[in-house]
Formats: sequence, structure tokens, C-alpha cells
Amino acid sequence: MHGLINKSIQCFLRDSYGTALWEAVARETGLDTVGFEAMLHYDDAVTERMIGAAAALKNRPRAALLEDLGAYLASVEGLRRLLRFGGGDYWDFLRSLDELPGRSLMALVDLELPELDLREDGGGHFSLVVSGKVPGWGAVMAGLLRAMADDYGALAVIEWEDSGREERIDVTLLEARYTDGRSFELARPQREEAPA
Amino acid sequence: MSYIRTGIARPESGEDQGGLGSGPRHDPALAGVTLSVKGIAQLMPMFLRLDRDGRIVEVGSTLEKVLGENVSGQPMEKVFRVGRGWAPNGGFRGEPGHTMGDAQFEALPDPLRIGDWSALPGRRVYLGLTRHPDIQLRGVCVPLGSDADGVLLNLSFGIHLSDAVRRFALSDADFAPTDLAMELLYLQEAKAAVLGELRGLTTRLEAARAAAHDKAMTDALTGLANRRAFDFALGRSVAGVRHGGAPFAVAHLDLDHFKAVNDTLGHAAGDFILEQVSRILREETRQGDLAARVGGDEFILLLRSPVDPGAIEAMTQRIIGRLERPVTFEGRECRISGSFGVALSSQLEVLEAERLLAMADAALYRSKSAGRGCCSFAGDNALEA
Repeated sequence: MHGLINKSIQCFLRDSYGTALWEAVARETGLDTVGFEAMLHYDDAVTERMIGAAAALKNRPRAALLEDLGAYLASVEGLRRLLRFGGGDYWDFLRSLDELPGRSLMALVDLELPELDLREDGGGHFSLVVSGKVPGWGAVMAGLLRAMADDYGALAVIEWEDSGREERIDVTLLEARYTDGRSFELARPQREEAPA
Repeated sequence: MSYIRTGIARPESGEDQGGLGSGPRHDPALAGVTLSVKGIAQLMPMFLRLDRDGRIVEVGSTLEKVLGENVSGQPMEKVFRVGRGWAPNGGFRGEPGHTMGDAQFEALPDPLRIGDWSALPGRRVYLGLTRHPDIQLRGVCVPLGSDADGVLLNLSFGIHLSDAVRRFALSDADFAPTDLAMELLYLQEAKAAVLGELRGLTTRLEAARAAAHDKAMTDALTGLANRRAFDFALGRSVAGVRHGGAPFAVAHLDLDHFKAVNDTLGHAAGDFILEQVSRILREETRQGDLAARVGGDEFILLLRSPVDPGAIEAMTQRIIGRLERPVTFEGRECRISGSFGVALSSQLEVLEAERLLAMADAALYRSKSAGRGCCSFAGDNALEA
């Protein structure tokens, strides 16, 4: 698994549940508490063990934890900005979702994200089939899409289903501009955020 | 709704359907098509239409935002700084091709005349912004129908994209959906993030490398250089002398009565003494010198500052004087001393690290025999070694 993904999970656990929880997860997983380097690669099994340990320690279903991870990712300013480049409004954003893995590859050639297959059924109904190497990406994407709807100020119903064969997210967009959402300037903020 | 007439009527030759591949003199218009200004602005939000006198007729929505005012009717020189790609009327003599024979002259398109200027259709032209001199737009211009209709230019920010986006508060909607501007801005930001991570990684690795290096080169108890670091530094000094570098000296120090302190007062007292000794050595040596702990109670100074036997003698006496001052450890007095043996690199005709150390050793032995607490210099003939 790409270190960026593992480090994102590490930051999510630390920022959402505190350093002590992260350290406990690291111990359970057999990791140094320093954690991951975003630009290195790690064994896939490490990621799975880490998620399992966190879910057990927080006594939370794995899928719920992953949904929170998705929402967290959309709240990290640098990542939120990159996601907002997807489109001017939530409608455009949804329609650009299947470009998301390609966009990531433009920035990081070795970042393997799940395949996203977007279908637009008309009337504001979209369905997104998520197929990744590791199960659970659907939950992450559902959390991320919900958070991005808020970010864009859109009113949408987002449901997620794992049939065992495929992970599918159904989005019903009721109103693309329901509120003002959070502001987004194309120009990069002048003051760089310190890396996490 | 206003329209820009895009072309003259199609020429008669009925065979040409698409216009692709037709010669320079045969450039059919889109058959019977007119484009609205809004439509053109959607395709090219940075379009600029000039009349044959070089006056601005219309501009696209984004260009209007950039110019910040209604510029219709103004001469282009007032709003733009005319850059490369333009020549005063009758120009283009400097263009390659024009000076190189008729065949290449033929290959150049006819310049378009716009007011006092000419530009070549389909070639790059540059227009700076009068109000923002640091931003230059890059574009291409094509004729519109007959000469009387003027020209149409499409402009872009080129390398000034990020500056322009910030300066004019541009958004996604200000770019045509075909424009790669969004991808470029996205990439710029993503790359900056990746670079930040890499820089962080490099810094962390460098710190780890430096720590590992320090650990490998220093004595854990005293923080002085260890034997390995000393041998390395000595090797470099020897090589330096062989290549005409500065001479140096080694001063071997062996503590006297240290074993007695260790045996009677314990290892903690011994460690305490060793830390005191290392502090004294650090304070008494000069910058450029190296103090190393090379054994239990053995130290060597590599004296690389200008070598003067008198000064070295004085320094060793100061050190011995300080070593002999009694110190108290957990209420009990500890007394030690030290003996020095010094050898100078200049004493050996063929300088070898081993031999120099052996000479210092022999001199140290003489100090010990002479009753300790003193300093001896290796004999000049080096026979002792």
C-alpha cells in the first residue's frame, strides 16, 4: 500500500481519537509509533491490520470507521483543495469522479487508488461502483462524498452498499447549490500549511 | 445577440468539403455558419477581436475580467504592450524564410494588417498587459472574413497562469472546459504537496544519518571522539601532510592513579572523573584540534592548529595542573594526574600514522618513568620508535 494512504489513516486516527489511540494501534500492528512515510511503500497487510486494530480498540464497525476516514480526508485542507479542482459545483464534481484516479496518477505515478465507475441515471441520480484491491474503499468514498457535498453546499442523499460482489454508492443530488458551502479560491493560499 | 461573421462565402470549387489540406490561397469558410459572441466566448473566454485599424471591438468574458474595464473602441496599444510576433507594418523582414529565397518566402502566410502592426496568422503573438506589466498573454490570430472585418485572437496566460488566477481572482468558470488550466493548477498544488513530503522525508533521513554517524564516531560516556573517529582524522592529517599540508602533533595522555579511584570509589566515581577529564580536554584544546578517548583512561589529542612545541608544552602543563586539582565525588576526594607523550609530524621524514603514534607512546612511557604528571616529547632522531 502506498505510504500516503497509510499515513492518511495514521493522521486520521491521531487527529480524530488522539495520540494515545494511535500509539495503541501502532503497538497492536507492530509499528513504530513514528508511523509511516508518505512517499514509501508498505505491505498491504499492514494497512488491514491497522484498520482492524483501530476498529477493535474504538469498538466501531470497520465500515463506519472507514466512512469517518473518508470524511476526514475531505476535511484536510490540502486534499480538500485538490478535490475541489474536480469541478465548479457538486454536479461537476460528481461527474469528474471517474477522473479522480487519473488525476491522482498525474501527481503521484505510483499511487494506486480504486477504480471508480460512474453512472448517471438522470434526475440527479448517480451511482458509483468502487473496485479496489482492498475492500472498504466504498465506505471511504461514501464518507468523502458526503463531506464534499457539505463543502460544495449541495443537498444530496448518499447511500452506500456492499453486496459482497461490488461496493456501490448511490447519490441523489437534490440541489447543487443549497448553501454557499465552504469558500474555494483557485489561487493557492499564499501561506503554505506545514506538512502534517 | 451579436454575431461575428466567420468567413466569406465558400469558393466555387465544389470538390473541397472540409477545408483540411487545402492550400493557403484556398481556405473555405464554415458553410453558412455564424457564431454568436457568447458562443465564441464559451469556446474562447480570452478572445479578442480587433478591427483593421487596431481598435478593440469585442473581448471574451475572462479577458474582460482581466482588463478590468470596458475597452471597446480603444486602440490595442493603449491596453496591451505589443510583444513578440508583431512587426510594424511592412515588417517580418527578420523572419527566417523571408531572407532565404523565394521558395521559403512563398511558404509564409500573408501577414495580417492590424492598424500600425502586422502579425502572421496561425503564429504565436504576445501581448503584455499595460496595467499588469509582469503578465504577458500568448495568443494566435486569424483573419475574419474580409479585411474589413478585422482579426480574431485567442489568448492564454501561458506560464503566467498561477499569477493571473490569483491577481484576477479567476475561477473554474473563467476557463473553457477544454482548457487544461485546471489540470495545471491542480498539478502545481499536488506537486507542491508531494515535494513537501519528500523534503520532510529527506530532512528526517538526514537527521537519522547524522545521529548514526555521531553514534559511530563518539565515545558514549564522554562525548569525545572515539578511536575510530581519531584514526579517521589522523589518517586525513597524515594524507594532508603528504600532499604538502600543514604539520600537526599528537599528544598521548594516560591518566595516573585512575585505577585507584575506580577500585576504591567505584565505577560511578571513575565515570565522573572521565567526564571531568573530557571537559578539561575540550576546554584546553583549540578549535581545529581533536580530543579522543581511545581506551579506558587513555586519551589522544590531535593538534592541528599551528604546531609550536613551546605552546604544546604549556598546554599539557595546564591540563596536568587542572587534572591534579582534587575533586569531590559523593563527599569523597578523588585525586588523579596525567602523563603526556607528544610527537610531531615534522619529526618523521616519511610520515606514517603508526610510527607517529608509537613515538608518542614511547615519549609517554618516558613521562611515566620520570615520575608521572609530566610531559615528554619524542626524540628528534625517532630512534625510540
